[in-house]
Amino acid sequence: MTYLDHAATTPMRPEALEAYLSVAREVGNASSLHATGRRARRVVEESRERIAAALGARPSEVIFTSGGTESDNLAVKGIYWARRAVDPRRRRILASAVEHHAVLDSVAWLEQREDAEVTWLPVDRTGRLDLAALDEAFQRYADEIALVTVMWANNEVGTLQPVEQIAEIAAAYGVPYHTDAIQAVGQVPVDFSASKAAALSVTGHKLGGPTGVGALILRADVACEPIMHGGGQERDVRSGTLDVAGIAATAVAIEAAVKTQAESAAFLTTLREELIRRVGEAVPSAVLNGPREQRLPGNAHFSFPGCEGDALLMLLDAQGIECSTGSACSAGVAQPSHVLLAMGADEDLARSSLRFSLGHTSTRADIDALVKALPGAVERARAAKAVSRH
Amino acid sequence: MRVLAAMSGGVDSAVAAARAVEAGHEVVGVHLALSRNPQTYRSGARGCCTLEDARDARRAADVIGIPFYVWDMAEQFHTDVVEDFVAEYAAGRTPNPCLRCNEKIKFAAVLDRAVALGFDAVVTGHHARLENGVLRRSVDLAKDQSYVLAVLTPEQLSRALFPLGNSTKAEVRAEAAARGLAVANKPDSHDICFIADGDTRRFLAERLGKQPGDIVDAETGEVLGRHDGAYAYTVGQRRGLGLTRPAPDGQRRYVLSITPVTNTVTVGPASALDVDLVRGKAAVWLTEKPTEPVECVVQMRAHGETIPATVTVEGTDLVARLHRPARGVAAGQAIVLYQPDPDGDIVLGSATIDQASRQLVNTA
Repeated sequence: MTYLDHAATTPMRPEALEAYLSVAREVGNASSLHATGRRARRVVEESRERIAAALGARPSEVIFTSGGTESDNLAVKGIYWARRAVDPRRRRILASAVEHHAVLDSVAWLEQREDAEVTWLPVDRTGRLDLAALDEAFQRYADEIALVTVMWANNEVGTLQPVEQIAEIAAAYGVPYHTDAIQAVGQVPVDFSASKAAALSVTGHKLGGPTGVGALILRADVACEPIMHGGGQERDVRSGTLDVAGIAATAVAIEAAVKTQAESAAFLTTLREELIRRVGEAVPSAVLNGPREQRLPGNAHFSFPGCEGDALLMLLDAQGIECSTGSACSAGVAQPSHVLLAMGADEDLARSSLRFSLGHTSTRADIDALVKALPGAVERARAAKAVSRH
Repeated sequence: MRVLAAMSGGVDSAVAAARAVEAGHEVVGVHLALSRNPQTYRSGARGCCTLEDARDARRAADVIGIPFYVWDMAEQFHTDVVEDFVAEYAAGRTPNPCLRCNEKIKFAAVLDRAVALGFDAVVTGHHARLENGVLRRSVDLAKDQSYVLAVLTPEQLSRALFPLGNSTKAEVRAEAAARGLAVANKPDSHDICFIADGDTRRFLAERLGKQPGDIVDAETGEVLGRHDGAYAYTVGQRRGLGLTRPAPDGQRRYVLSITPVTNTVTVGPASALDVDLVRGKAAVWLTEKPTEPVECVVQMRAHGETIPATVTVEGTDLVARLHRPARGVAAGQAIVLYQPDPDGDIVLGSATIDQASRQLVNTA
């Protein structure tokens, strides 16, 4: 099996799995007042401290959630509601056009159901935010902006965003800035307090932790309405009994990923550059999407003109090579990637794309297997697309 | 063989895929996404195009242990089936969209793509028997679908597998249960999958608009009522005519014909519905194209009766002389020729009905 889909999820780190199992054997609700509860609470709070230290945050700023999607929903909706409650004029959201669906659809929902106004911020051909457009939006709507949300790194094409510049502009206008750093943590340096962001989403399973646990790093002075109500856990922002074992494993994984980030990035960048070069040799018509620099180390994303991504995916899957079209497909009709469309690709090119993402278990043999299977798959997929044009 | 199993999310296609695996084929399951907006199609029990159906198909593929993908066929389906459906009604004919879907989507667009991707055949859960290029009715006559497959060419059929033809629906359901397929008890799909509420007349009205015209009596030429669009009527229809005055002879009136040019619906007594000469266009022959008149039985709508006939070839058309009159034959439906056979009636060919008329008097 050649697994080239680490951006979807990556294998658990052995030490994280170990942590999970040892904690999962113990009983304990971290909200209970007795000794068993206190033991669970201690695991949670130590994990919170480890995550805070790894991400340059204070422990009180770490709010555990069920994962990246919840973190994004909580930040976007919660901050919007809180800001609007204080000042009813603040109903505008600035968001990049290339956000993950967890942000994109939350913003769209607020627009449809909660009277939000939205300014979608354009990106350049590499997927990087147009800072001039951001500046202009701030000048134009200064008094009506509830929040700005721009991801740290794009999940499809790997583009790193100018987070610090965005945070600087947002801070100048006193507007909270949320950033979805789900793909970034462990791949590039992420320091919450240095970034000046108001809120940051992170999840465990993209960096060697379990699925089902994530966090929203939320600055203490940023108000956020809960989307789930109940026992008032997590600063009253996120109710629900905590997954103690999952949290312990996530903390171990985040800590390990951040500690090894520099060497991992160097390793992945070398491997990725080889992948890009050899894919280009095997299929000369392949087009690399996204930037060459300022890119997630493990991300390679191509369009294969004349092919459909889903046909390529199927053909590679049949040969044991696992990758992603990178676009959202909800069992119904696969839509062309909104990210590529925002980068100026036409629908045909947007539908012709595949993402290969590397991670901590990737090897050169994975690339060997890919470039061996790819030319034949591309040829077949091209023939299949040709017959469908009737 | 490498085989692509078209999986609708129903019990038939799930069992067909499982049988293909058991027959030793390398099988990949594919669900066809046919709607641009899945929520607008019939849900669950009654259609094949909803998100729920896609999930059912995926789950069945998991249980069978085969890879599974969703293919976006929405655009082709819209052009070749939905728009064709509307255009046919607008032209005064009565189309069969399931037949068109087999002809243009499942055994054309999907099959062509599958072949290009390296597959040898497409397997479906249709109830019909296919061996050595011979297409026969299913052993389960109540569920037989040979009528909607008879439009396929020998080339298309040479790359089709129908593993269910020798089983009854009850046997298929029992087998699905035994295989642990959750769709074992899923109700059959009915009606037209792209008309969410089953209201064909309203569906057409939304697309073709109101086109008021006269309802005219065939015998006297009298105007018996008005309609909002001739497209909403089908030959043989009795209900919903909304005649404002009774027919001169006081008898029930049926739709005899639809004339789009004058936007007229012509009605008459039941006896006037009888036809015995049927012309079909664009004939497809599964056997060699006959040079002599063929004695056979013909079927002119899905699950309709069969009538003995003598069929002759006229260029690309065929002409069927019925040995006894048929009632309610609508242009746009398929006429399918069967050769009766104790091992299952054999499909000889088919054509699209263009004209039907009464030639002989008192044949009955």
